[in-house]
Amino acid sequence: YIVTIRVKPDHSGVVTDGVKHSMNPFCEIAVEEAVKLKEKKFIKEVVAVSCGPTQVTETIRTALAMGCDRGIHVEVSGKDYEAMGPLQIAKIFAALAKKEEASLVILGKQAIDDDCNQTGQMTAALLDWPQGTFASEVTIDGEKVKVVREIDGGLETIKISMPAVLTADLRLNTPRYATLPNIMKAKKKKIANMKPADLGVDMVSRVEVLRVDEPPTRLAGVKVETVDDLVAKLKANGTI
Amino acid sequence: MSAEQAAALGVSYPPLQTYSEEEGMMRDAVNKFAQERLAPFVSKMDENSLMDPEVIKSLFEQGLMGIEIDPEYGGTGSTFFSSILVIEELAKVDASVAVLCDIQNTLINTLFTKLGTAAQKERYLSRLSTDMVGSFCLSEAESGSDAFSLKTRADKHGDYYVINGSKMWISNAEQAGVFLVMANVDPSAGHRGITCFIVDRDTEGLQIGKKENKLGLRASSTCPLNLDNIKVPEKNVLGQIGHGYKYAIGMLNEGRIGIAAQMLGLAQGCFDQAVPYTRQRVQFGKRIFDFQAMQHQIAHVATQIEAARLLTYNAARLKEAGRPFIKEACMAKYFTSEVATLTTSKCIEWMGGVGFTKDYPVEKYYRDCKIGTIYEGTTNIQLSTMAKFIDKEYDH
Repeated sequence: YIVTIRVKPDHSGVVTDGVKHSMNPFCEIAVEEAVKLKEKKFIKEVVAVSCGPTQVTETIRTALAMGCDRGIHVEVSGKDYEAMGPLQIAKIFAALAKKEEASLVILGKQAIDDDCNQTGQMTAALLDWPQGTFASEVTIDGEKVKVVREIDGGLETIKISMPAVLTADLRLNTPRYATLPNIMKAKKKKIANMKPADLGVDMVSRVEVLRVDEPPTRLAGVKVETVDDLVAKLKANGTI
Repeated sequence: MSAEQAAALGVSYPPLQTYSEEEGMMRDAVNKFAQERLAPFVSKMDENSLMDPEVIKSLFEQGLMGIEIDPEYGGTGSTFFSSILVIEELAKVDASVAVLCDIQNTLINTLFTKLGTAAQKERYLSRLSTDMVGSFCLSEAESGSDAFSLKTRADKHGDYYVINGSKMWISNAEQAGVFLVMANVDPSAGHRGITCFIVDRDTEGLQIGKKENKLGLRASSTCPLNLDNIKVPEKNVLGQIGHGYKYAIGMLNEGRIGIAAQMLGLAQGCFDQAVPYTRQRVQFGKRIFDFQAMQHQIAHVATQIEAARLLTYNAARLKEAGRPFIKEACMAKYFTSEVATLTTSKCIEWMGGVGFTKDYPVEKYYRDCKIGTIYEGTTNIQLSTMAKFIDKEYDH
């Protein structure tokens, strides 16, 4: 994921035009987990959902090629897309989860462009469903899900009832490559199209981005010979 | 913009680099697979002159070995152009893996699909798309460009043939489970006796010789074959008796577009390794990319690669459209192999001393490209073939 990120001249955001977009790596892991659960016959159908402009259908097709059964493209473009954040997406997912009578909503833990780490949690809250976030292992046991979570202190194992929201962490699985025969099969799978309004979701953002700046250029450091020199320097520039 | 989007917008003549959605997805999938999963194996396979079985297994798993085979036989059911894109993407990472995939798809699978009886297709196509590699055996020690002067004989005995002779330069031989052997059933008829025989690996009397120790394409096994009184049943004749020479020419016409794709991918892959280096390396206070002489060389090579790409893609599209394509296929193979030679040579120069070491990948591309002007029809053969077509064009 080596892309040179540039801040727009008006400091309203980063330049995304012409930058190749692809499925968020944690979401790839989420798709893989869902497909695996279906292969193990714990779930019946996997629906891949993406919110955004026309280009997101390519990402949905990749999910279909990985084994999802059908897709839903929630069209959001222009100013609405620029202002779209975790809350609006969570509202959309919550509405769809109810409409589709889903038993699980599986997402990546966070997107690697904004690193928000909020969508999964917000979706669960809006639905009033249990959540198993930062999952590194998922096991379905009847009507319950056992989730091993990666937390700061180590690993936490919880058991939650379905329907539930899960978010995928890095070590949950290794996503498969879309094989050519599956890409061909994906052509026949359906992608439904809808707008947020169709789901009764308002896209107004409660967050206003004031300014985006690059991090300050890192200043060169100074090397010192002894601990005494170090202490002296730290005192001199007021750090201690 | 995909081909479907162009059509929807009423753009009748989209640029050559326009792909259907399916082709685009396949190319991206293979690109990712090759760069992430194959790349770690490349240098070791080259050093040991050995294709890792894991690599071959993953090619089958990804559906890359049966691209045009019908899903009824476990294939992907896609098009010739998809094969071309797959070969190009594989070659960007390893030309040896690309050639294994090319021979399987453009020669072996095509021959079975076009000429196979229902029983032969049933027996072989599903194996070829899932776990069995094939080899095409035409060349001999005494017949390379002069292919039809081959000496391997097939003598009929009731309902089977006894084949005697030896073949040389057979790619994939170490890994192949089936060999398509061109042998002559009637030397007095000259090339009109050449017939294509399906020979299984475990046939008694079939000996696969020690593989060649090559300059390049080292992970691709190239072996001599000895056929010592091997018995092949009549039902293993592919197509018609005495028509083998036609099939060979026909398949090689298509195969050369595949080789063009291989050389194209090789050149592009090498270029993609070298240019980032020129943007990082600083001498005399600026990037070496910023020196005008370097810019001119880099732009010149980029132009050659673009031209090679257009020739290759156009030859492939012509073939798919059922239009005459032989002259264009020759042009594509000839030009891309020359471009690969130029590109790899220049890339080593641009990288200076490090380009000359095995720690960096460009020297391998340089060694690998040389076979491009030689196999599946030498450059001189391509040029002579083109000249015959040009001559005819002016017949009124």
